[in-house]
Amino acid sequence: MVAAVSIVDVVKHFGALQALAGVSLEIAEGEFFGLLGPNGAGKTTLISSLAGLVRPDSGMLKVLGHDVVRDFREARRSLGVVPQELVFDPFFNVRETLRIQSGYFGIRKNDDWIDEILENLDLTGKADVNMRRLSGGMKRRVLVAQALVHKPPVIVLDEPTAGVDVELRQGLWQFIRRLNGEGHTIILTTHYLEEAEALCNRIALMKQGRVVALDTTANLMAAHPGASLEEVFVRTLQQ
Amino acid sequence: MSGPGQRASAWEAQLTGFLTLFYKEFLRFWKVSFQTVAAPVLTALLYLLIFGHVLDEHVTVHGVRYTSFLIPGLVMMQVLQNAFANSSSSLIQAKITGSIVFVLLPPISYGAFFLAYVLAAMVRGLLVGVGVLLATVWFAELRVEAPLWILAFSLFGGALFGALGMIAGIWSEKFDQLAAFQNFLIMPLTMLSGVFYSIYTLPSFWQGLSHYNPVFYLIDGFRYGFFGVSDMAPQYSLAVVVACFAAVAALTLNLLKRGWKLRA
Repeated sequence: MVAAVSIVDVVKHFGALQALAGVSLEIAEGEFFGLLGPNGAGKTTLISSLAGLVRPDSGMLKVLGHDVVRDFREARRSLGVVPQELVFDPFFNVRETLRIQSGYFGIRKNDDWIDEILENLDLTGKADVNMRRLSGGMKRRVLVAQALVHKPPVIVLDEPTAGVDVELRQGLWQFIRRLNGEGHTIILTTHYLEEAEALCNRIALMKQGRVVALDTTANLMAAHPGASLEEVFVRTLQQ
Repeated sequence: MSGPGQRASAWEAQLTGFLTLFYKEFLRFWKVSFQTVAAPVLTALLYLLIFGHVLDEHVTVHGVRYTSFLIPGLVMMQVLQNAFANSSSSLIQAKITGSIVFVLLPPISYGAFFLAYVLAAMVRGLLVGVGVLLATVWFAELRVEAPLWILAFSLFGGALFGALGMIAGIWSEKFDQLAAFQNFLIMPLTMLSGVFYSIYTLPSFWQGLSHYNPVFYLIDGFRYGFFGVSDMAPQYSLAVVVACFAAVAALTLNLLKRGWKLRA
């Protein structure tokens, strides 16, 4: 069976800074996978390498067996990424933004799916509102919608709930859980460790560009009886 | 749960990706057309009114009254400057706001990326050019001797400056770097190219120097299409312009292929 994501010995430097120091990781299809670590651990660099936004110095990354460099079209078609930064194009409204994003992925007449995403993310009432006029939380929802617009089998969420209210957070996780239940692989980075504990089947902890712990959430917790994931996180990073 | 709409073959997907990016780039300037189309038309009209009023009675070039001579130059100058402005401003804005990720994440090839940006730049340049022509044609007698030359030079001019705009947008990391590119390279190249004069009215040193300016060939050849007279043979001018476009396009494609300043 082909892995949803396969990462082999990936190294990346930004000048003198070593952002990734030989990361290897395999994520199976259908997993809800957590990628955790302190700021600067290399999580976003790893995700960006997977998405083709960063070009590693060495190593190999594949999405559903498609090399992200040699077979970039299929790799990118298989991947939906919610970026960490709250970015948007100020010229368009929500529906235009999603139609355009569909077109980039080669999908025309995608309104049924767009309507479904809008409904699930509670954006239907904002479909014709310009992106500039949305609140931060609403913009975050549109970013999630943009990542889902081509219904990718592998979905990467880089801190998707940063600055988002509790109601949206719960709605978002309900929707993402549903997608996971339908077979989509989910990769999540978050600073909300209780979210990772509740959602992720397996977790990788990163520190200074390396994976320092990789196990099922249950095994990680079992290794530190009585501790919360936050305590496991702190203890592992201190080791 | 339903899936996404019509999934196409790989080739169709590429075509849809390209057409969508082109459409997005078109909409981007069209939604603010008062600023991106109407304003440059007004600027050109002001140039014509001021220079034409002062010089029309005193100057003829190649047997053509000055105001008539000036109009094709102003049209081409605005085609070039607006084609450049479109691709460069779109790229720098997307880079600075971070929205560039929306076009870097999808499976759009670097060739389709190039074509979409250049084509949208050409469309804006040509729309402004037609606007300038329509606004100024009432002020002077304008012949059209060779329309195919007009078309060829305006298309290649828009394409050349659209591609140059891409290089500037990719290279610049701040708006003032782009402004420097525009003010210290593009503006002198266009203003010192014979928009307002024939280079044969210049001292020999400046005449010789003008022959190294590709915009001179664009303006001169474009003007030939209207009056049937020019400083250089239009075939020669077009060859220079096509060669410049080929070189700039090759450089731009190379930068996009390497992801220079776009992918870390």
